[in-house]
Amino acid sequence: MSEQTAALPKPPSLALRMLRAIALLRESPVGLIGAAIIAFWTIVALFAPLLAPYDPNATISPMLYPGQTDGQGNTFLLGTDHLGRDILSRIIYGSQRVLMLAPLATFCAYIVGIPMGLAAGYLRGKWDTVLSFVTNVILSFPVLVLYVIIIATVGASAANILVAITFASAPGIMRIVRGLVLDLRNREYVAAAQTRGESSLFIMFVEILPNARGPIIVDACLRLGYVIITIGVLGFLGLGLPPPDPDWGGMINETRQLAMTFPHMAVYPCIAISSLVLGFNLLADGLREISLRD
Amino acid sequence: MASRANGAVDGAASDRSGETPVLECRDLCISYFTRAGEIPAVVDFNMTLYKGGSIGLVGESGCGKSTVAMAIMRYLGSNGGIVGGQILYQGRDMAELSEAELRRLRGGEIAMVYQEPMASLNPSLKVGRQLTEVPMQHEGLNEKQAWERAADLLGDVNLPDPKRLMDSYPHQISGGQQQRVVIAMALLTSPSLLLLDEPTTALDVTVEAGIIELIGQIAEKYDTSMVYISHNLGLILETCDRVNVMYSGEAVETGTVQEVFDHMRHPYTKGLFGCIPLPGADKKERPLVPIRGQLPLPHERPQGCNFGPRCDFFQAGRCDGDAIKMHEVADEPGHKVRCVRWNEIDWASYSPEGVGGGAIEPGERVLEVDGMRKYYEIADNSLSALIRGGRVKHVKANERIDMAAREAETVAIVGESGCGKSTFAKVLMGLETASDGTVNFNGNELAHKSVHERTPKQLGSLQMIFQNPFDTLNPSHSVGAQIARVIRKFGVETDKSKVDQRVMELLDLVKLPRDFARRRPRQLSGGQKQRIGIARAFAGRPSMVVADEPVSALDVSVAAAVTGLLTEIQQTYRTTLLFISHDLSLVRYMADRVVVMYLGHIVEQGTTDEVFAPPYHPYTEALLSAVPIADTSVQKKRIILEGTLPSVMNPPSGCVFHTRCPRKIGGICESEEPPVVEPHPGHRIACHIPLEELQQMEPVIVMTESDKQKAAEAGAKPEPEPGSAGRG
Repeated sequence: MSEQTAALPKPPSLALRMLRAIALLRESPVGLIGAAIIAFWTIVALFAPLLAPYDPNATISPMLYPGQTDGQGNTFLLGTDHLGRDILSRIIYGSQRVLMLAPLATFCAYIVGIPMGLAAGYLRGKWDTVLSFVTNVILSFPVLVLYVIIIATVGASAANILVAITFASAPGIMRIVRGLVLDLRNREYVAAAQTRGESSLFIMFVEILPNARGPIIVDACLRLGYVIITIGVLGFLGLGLPPPDPDWGGMINETRQLAMTFPHMAVYPCIAISSLVLGFNLLADGLREISLRD
Repeated sequence: MASRANGAVDGAASDRSGETPVLECRDLCISYFTRAGEIPAVVDFNMTLYKGGSIGLVGESGCGKSTVAMAIMRYLGSNGGIVGGQILYQGRDMAELSEAELRRLRGGEIAMVYQEPMASLNPSLKVGRQLTEVPMQHEGLNEKQAWERAADLLGDVNLPDPKRLMDSYPHQISGGQQQRVVIAMALLTSPSLLLLDEPTTALDVTVEAGIIELIGQIAEKYDTSMVYISHNLGLILETCDRVNVMYSGEAVETGTVQEVFDHMRHPYTKGLFGCIPLPGADKKERPLVPIRGQLPLPHERPQGCNFGPRCDFFQAGRCDGDAIKMHEVADEPGHKVRCVRWNEIDWASYSPEGVGGGAIEPGERVLEVDGMRKYYEIADNSLSALIRGGRVKHVKANERIDMAAREAETVAIVGESGCGKSTFAKVLMGLETASDGTVNFNGNELAHKSVHERTPKQLGSLQMIFQNPFDTLNPSHSVGAQIARVIRKFGVETDKSKVDQRVMELLDLVKLPRDFARRRPRQLSGGQKQRIGIARAFAGRPSMVVADEPVSALDVSVAAAVTGLLTEIQQTYRTTLLFISHDLSLVRYMADRVVVMYLGHIVEQGTTDEVFAPPYHPYTEALLSAVPIADTSVQKKRIILEGTLPSVMNPPSGCVFHTRCPRKIGGICESEEPPVVEPHPGHRIACHIPLEELQQMEPVIVMTESDKQKAAEAGAKPEPEPGSAGRG
């Protein structure tokens, strides 16, 4: 008997399956472009100390245009800001922050939103009524006001940005998951699990959730883009990460007074934010295209 | 080849050869172009249809029958195309028509009726608006004329009160009415060709019978030519004069319905008839004979004959060489068969072995249901309810269910959608609890016990097989993991290696290779998935299994194999099988006892022989008459039920069937609940008609004399007569 079971082919390892999933992206040029942009920024973030020409917080020569060289012979590819810090280095180091914070915040939002959606969609009844009401209340607030209120109350820090984004995004995720579950709960394999007396938790997380993963992954990619924008906006409002550490949104905020004379100070961080958001949106489009094809 | 097809058609061929056929397909080849390359969907297809004629295309899914219809309409998607041959409509090559001409043809001269009526109608437009659009577009009528024409046609398709219907939205009318509206829409411009693609598959049998009758009337009245696509041989017999049997993209046999049904020559046609439970098939003595193997994928078709690998008469060297041509049967002009051995096979000595045969003696009672009721409560928020004070409405899904089942017995529950059979199953399984009454199962009272209150042993001993093979397994988990979970859950085994061992045993039981344990459900065919569903149900060594339409979504040859397997396992383990179905042919074949339900009530129950012979409950009689039977020697009484199924929210008073009953005897039917009469002990009919009168009913299904003889001979001799195998 043990020989028979041993003779069976091993299921492919997780790493291999992920590689295969990435290989699928070849079929969607749009998705591939998105993945390339994200890969670019990830490499930049990982190797920031090697890539950045200067210390991001060092004051060298203020108000230089892109490509200018200062008295000591330092060349600044993207110029310097009003305090004389190298913009290129700040963007490179800033990518670290955003690529840490955005996925983490999105992940936290899903950790909260998914169980809410599962409970509302599968258990229905009172759970659905209460959870839907709560999410409707949160969603009816203007998001920006919500962020300002939360962060102004608890103070600006990485952890608090995480909390704020989770609080504001979880209701939307709950709604998406709830919609998916409302469809999936009528499948016969769910009925089969019910007839063998499985607990609701088992049915929600083992029988239903894995089958909702496709749309959830696509939504997560899109949402990551929005979260990056949000982090940028928070930085712009002065509610982002506390200075002097480089933050893309903060860079725009600090230099917007000078934007008429020194547009480069704000434009380059803007391009950085937009390109990353675009990357995630394109990836989401690509994933959706592939998932629809099968 | 095409010219020969033209010259030799049916009996009317001689006087029609000069006439231009309405539709002609000559050596038609259709391919789809995918990333994997060119996939031939239809190869070398010929068909000639004259005015007023009707041709049936029959075959299992994936045989290319719908592709032919789409090609005729020139609706092939962007990746499909005609790669060879011609389609001639009234003698004109369709390929040469311009877009504008095509638009005029479609809907104007060629109309199509699809399977799902709700998908053919626009839900946001009123029926009248959708109907008037057609003649206004095609014939330039003004709105008033178009309106009148539409109302007339709704009358023609036997819809009552056309004015009210024209003013309704599609969702406000029943499925059968919707399909009649779609047919009326197709007829509005008096098309000369009507394509019907499984027009009744989504409908209940009694509704289907009405639509089939209507299609027959249309053919007569309008002299429309029809192409009728179906997987159901019985429907083809009732609607068509010629038939084209298709297999794997090719027509394998074509001829008049009589020729093909009575003297079939192709082994595949023969096999198909062996797979369907015709009257005379019997699981004890003459079990169904499934076709072994699987339909080849279009890009994996074998050399030579596509059916070769599954054929009992395969000859190496002859059947696997060049592509097989159509051969004309010697004495029957127009009857053609794509088989090199069509003239050599000795059908008389061919008696393939069926599966799931053998008699079985039922044992002790395992299930006893007594006065079980299930009412659903619905909050009534209407104003009148507010005034009356009653805020709760009752949906009477099950009313007074009394029945029993014994060990190793197969009990069928029959009824159309909405009759409460699924609710009954839910109560048994514990997904719902009964409102009243008792359900005694193996000495345990289960009526008021939900799944969570039942012990693992109770759960394991009562399991279910589901209907939809694409839904029954969780696509995210491997097959082995899903079976193993059930084994652990019911505490059959707990040790890892023993659980694996048991999974392997169960795969052996359902005759699937052991390495399927590692597969994902998407890598399995529909029949294989359904086998896994059976394995899962039998994992806890159940004493009773509820099978909810286990084969209704499968192709006939696969369904026969799954049915056989189920019977075999049931007999091995002496399991009680509660078989829920709307397919009376299958029920007659499978069941030892039958329970007929209508609107939550049991209207008749008894042994299979008792229920299928008079005296009948009038509803049983109508159901029996509605079932299409693919046997030319069977004569049926036509009973078409009027009206639509009443709502369970507001069931009729007295006898629930009185609103549609063709044998209603008067006021008593509307005022009093019918008494239960027992013509034999155990055979119970709930009807007001006196027993003596019921006993004078004629049987619905009669076999003609010659056939009775054949059946008798076949019964006496071990080898069946030619042409009667699996039929009798």
